[in-house]
Amino acid sequence: MYDIAIIGAGVVGVMIARELSKYNLSICILDKESDVSMGASKANSGIIHAGYDAKCGSLKAILNVKGSKMMKQITEELSVKYKNNGSLVIGYTDEDMSAISELYDRGVKNGVEGLEVIDKMKLKQLEPNISQNAIGALFAPTGAIVCPYELTVAAIGNAMDNGAALKLEFEVKSINLLNDYYEISSHKETMKAKYIINAAGLYADEVARMAGDDSFEIHPRKGEYLILDKEFGNLTKHTIFRVPSKMGKGILVSATVDGNLLLGPTSEDILDKEDKSTTQIGMSKVIHGALDNVPDIPLKSVITSFSGLRAVADRGDFIIEKSKTNFINIAGIESPGLSASPAIALYVVELLGEMGVSLTPKTNFKPNRKIFAADKSKYGKIICRCEHISEYEIVKAIHTNPPATNVDAVKRRTRSGMGRCQGGFCMPHVVEILARELNINFEEVTKFGGNSKITIGKTKGIS
Amino acid sequence: MKKIDLVIIGGGPAGMAAAVSAYNNGIKDILILEREESLGGILQQCIHNGFGLHKFKEELTGPEYAWKYEKQVFDLKIPFRLNAMVMNISADKQVTFACEQGESQTVQAKAIILAMGCRERSRGALNIAGTRPAGIYTAGTAQKFVNIMGYMPGKRIVILGSGDIGLIMARRMTIEGAKVEAVCEIAPYSGGLTRNIVQCLNDFDIPLKLSHTVVDIHGKERVTGVTIARVDQNRKPISGTEEYFACDTLLLSVGLIPENELAKSAGIALDKVTGGAVVDQNRETSKSGIFACGNVLHVHDLVDFVSEEAELAGHSAAKYILESDKQAEKEITFQLTENISYIVPQMLHSVQNDVIVYFRVANIFKNVIIEVRDDEKVLYKKNIKKAAPGEMECIKLNKEILRDIRGNKIYVELKQR
Amino acid sequence: MNLTCIVCPLGCELTVEKENGRVISVSGNTCPRGEKYAIGECTNPVRTLTTTARVAGGGLVSVKSDKPLPKGDLNEYMNIINQLNLAPPIHIGDILIKNINNTGIHIVATKNIKGVDYNA
Repeated sequence: MYDIAIIGAGVVGVMIARELSKYNLSICILDKESDVSMGASKANSGIIHAGYDAKCGSLKAILNVKGSKMMKQITEELSVKYKNNGSLVIGYTDEDMSAISELYDRGVKNGVEGLEVIDKMKLKQLEPNISQNAIGALFAPTGAIVCPYELTVAAIGNAMDNGAALKLEFEVKSINLLNDYYEISSHKETMKAKYIINAAGLYADEVARMAGDDSFEIHPRKGEYLILDKEFGNLTKHTIFRVPSKMGKGILVSATVDGNLLLGPTSEDILDKEDKSTTQIGMSKVIHGALDNVPDIPLKSVITSFSGLRAVADRGDFIIEKSKTNFINIAGIESPGLSASPAIALYVVELLGEMGVSLTPKTNFKPNRKIFAADKSKYGKIICRCEHISEYEIVKAIHTNPPATNVDAVKRRTRSGMGRCQGGFCMPHVVEILARELNINFEEVTKFGGNSKITIGKTKGIS
Repeated sequence: MKKIDLVIIGGGPAGMAAAVSAYNNGIKDILILEREESLGGILQQCIHNGFGLHKFKEELTGPEYAWKYEKQVFDLKIPFRLNAMVMNISADKQVTFACEQGESQTVQAKAIILAMGCRERSRGALNIAGTRPAGIYTAGTAQKFVNIMGYMPGKRIVILGSGDIGLIMARRMTIEGAKVEAVCEIAPYSGGLTRNIVQCLNDFDIPLKLSHTVVDIHGKERVTGVTIARVDQNRKPISGTEEYFACDTLLLSVGLIPENELAKSAGIALDKVTGGAVVDQNRETSKSGIFACGNVLHVHDLVDFVSEEAELAGHSAAKYILESDKQAEKEITFQLTENISYIVPQMLHSVQNDVIVYFRVANIFKNVIIEVRDDEKVLYKKNIKKAAPGEMECIKLNKEILRDIRGNKIYVELKQR
Repeated sequence: MNLTCIVCPLGCELTVEKENGRVISVSGNTCPRGEKYAIGECTNPVRTLTTTARVAGGGLVSVKSDKPLPKGDLNEYMNIINQLNLAPPIHIGDILIKNINNTGIHIVATKNIKGVDYNA
């Protein structure tokens, strides 16, 4: 019996887990996938937004500003990358500039520090490669970038080091309230917990319904991205935005913390919660949108593309509230969800306190995630040539909380396969290492769990 | 810091041939650094034949060709390290490599030969829309699974790209029990040797769809199919021509890119078209004492020419190490007509021997003349019946002609007859 | 009948004239091997087989037929080769299967295998 079950191991669920692991509570995080961070948390822009965008007084606004202030320290504690590169919202017309002026006012009211509306000259100084047609911008120096899945993996790893349990491939199928606890079942297993935190992303509405709450609906909104070679990571110094619309913040151009250049996302409402395909039209939109802001983007240097699905609620703001007995919904966490995640965690802990959960702080909470040494010169055999990843790092990733059990999980933890050759050289070696370390057959190793096997059997037709 | 006369990066056919050549030209203090578990490079997984017809007058498989050089390296006791990945080369020839035993090492070389080969273009670089399931591999990666590790990447295959690697894998997968549904090629002609069309596709009734490309990939966890479409003369998909092919694997054979990250880190000038270093007839790059040969310099069709080029580089590196005085050299650059994609070497310095230049044409041409001239006169002329981008051409320019050049440009022109 | 010669990478386009099932003339070849190929291809098409065979303990050795084999029986040859489970050491040129399927042609190793690691 656990005190708290968290459904969903995305950045929100794991930040809550980490926060709760500071108290004397038994916590278990459940996720239907074969790894953490498999939903929107691995397919977003990685921006820690300054917080001028959301409506004043909304949860989005309050928690964004608060969360973004907390992020630097958390990334230091977790030893993950963080870069305070600043954001620019570019204006091309007078209309844009008045929208920018509104954003400025909103930002100030939301408590964002350091905001400035700047002219073309200052913009050119800050960002030499920006389009000649730009006439001004909103400059938000507190904007930052992180690697969202690196952060998610580190946060849950730290929570696990502090006693939290993680159950992967646990797809919640039914939730039953018995006396004073819940029985949560997948096809294979049942677990018990006194309180449930529903952070199930795209499926938060379905999970809520299992507990008898049908007060909201989630629909997917697809965003497609392109990633360019690290050679062009410094094409822009700041994260470049356009003036936002109803559908979102628009197509941005930003370096990633790993030094690549990221373009995207698009914004398209779709029906299928499992449709993560990229499309010709979508990728074309990304290219045109990005070129408008930074005309010199070398499209020949695209190394990959991907898409993510935002979980959009029908309510307009984050849904973070008590629902049925001992049940909290955290739903509709689209942008600025990543930025807000640490603040969402604090908010949820407060709610739990109000609901009667005894919050006795642990004396031995370890906030710092120890990572294996960053000194690459000690690592021996190199497996991923493009990113210089050693066998040692890959083996560590397989055995460190949360353990990597497939090729994509290794990739997210080590970056092996994320370079120019996109795994062409290293992937067979990673499969070999996984088979060896997990003591499974080579042909059982998957790309991301389930039936995504890399190979289908031995040659010579012998199984 | 340990000093080594000649460091060779890559122990494949280029690296080994360069090493043997340097040895035979007087350099004994050599170190070959190879990232894989054995020498031989990509040849170890190229188990098909067709190698060595020019060099050894016999038709060898990849591993047999590799052995011809491995044996020489072993017999001459040329030092090499396996599982050793070079991480960096500095402009002043310090080479840092990671090795199995733990800490990385840095050595000071007098000369370096770059022989790192090339990598394959990936799905991501092509922007193919669709899902990202398991089952999408470059042909070389699939070849490694099948021929080295003994595992089948899939059972029902579509191949994009009709260059030799794609064709060879079509046959290889078929004889190991897979069904190859089609080979698609975006160009209106195949990039591979005609003999491979016959013995890899025709022999197995595998359809070749020219002027087609893959526009969508389907499947959630594993590929379930691809959509292909015909393309127009600008290689853009034509709406309405889409065709679905059920399959569990998509193999990509869509281009090789010389692996020059180390060259970039050393500040070596690269040719935008080849992706490899700019070199002179000695295969010396823009950095004195750093040479390049093989696929890292420009993608070759035949390994026989790789060996030839590597021998030249090895000889040049040996000369560089042994000769102390380096005089100022007259530099002559090549100028090409637009219908020639590239030429290697891109320049000449103080010609002392005959020079073989290698070039590729930009399109398929029939009945053309290659004319080489300087500012005043024609130096060389050759009729070519058929030239294609997939078949590298070479011509030999005599040292007497080259020493007599007026001006510092040589023009290489492709003209219709 | 038109054929492409596969004997060497040149790939000459050959024209073959047949009468009553027999080849009466071959043109388009650059060398005599081409003529021989054309005649053979019409009467008894053959192909060199290159594949891999299992090495005991794990790993593979690359192999080839030491001469071109009759094309039609490819599945037979593959079945026979796929049954192999060879003990190292193996040397280039070692005959692994003598006179495969009664063709008089042998399957030989094209790689040296010392231990059980592939590539060793």
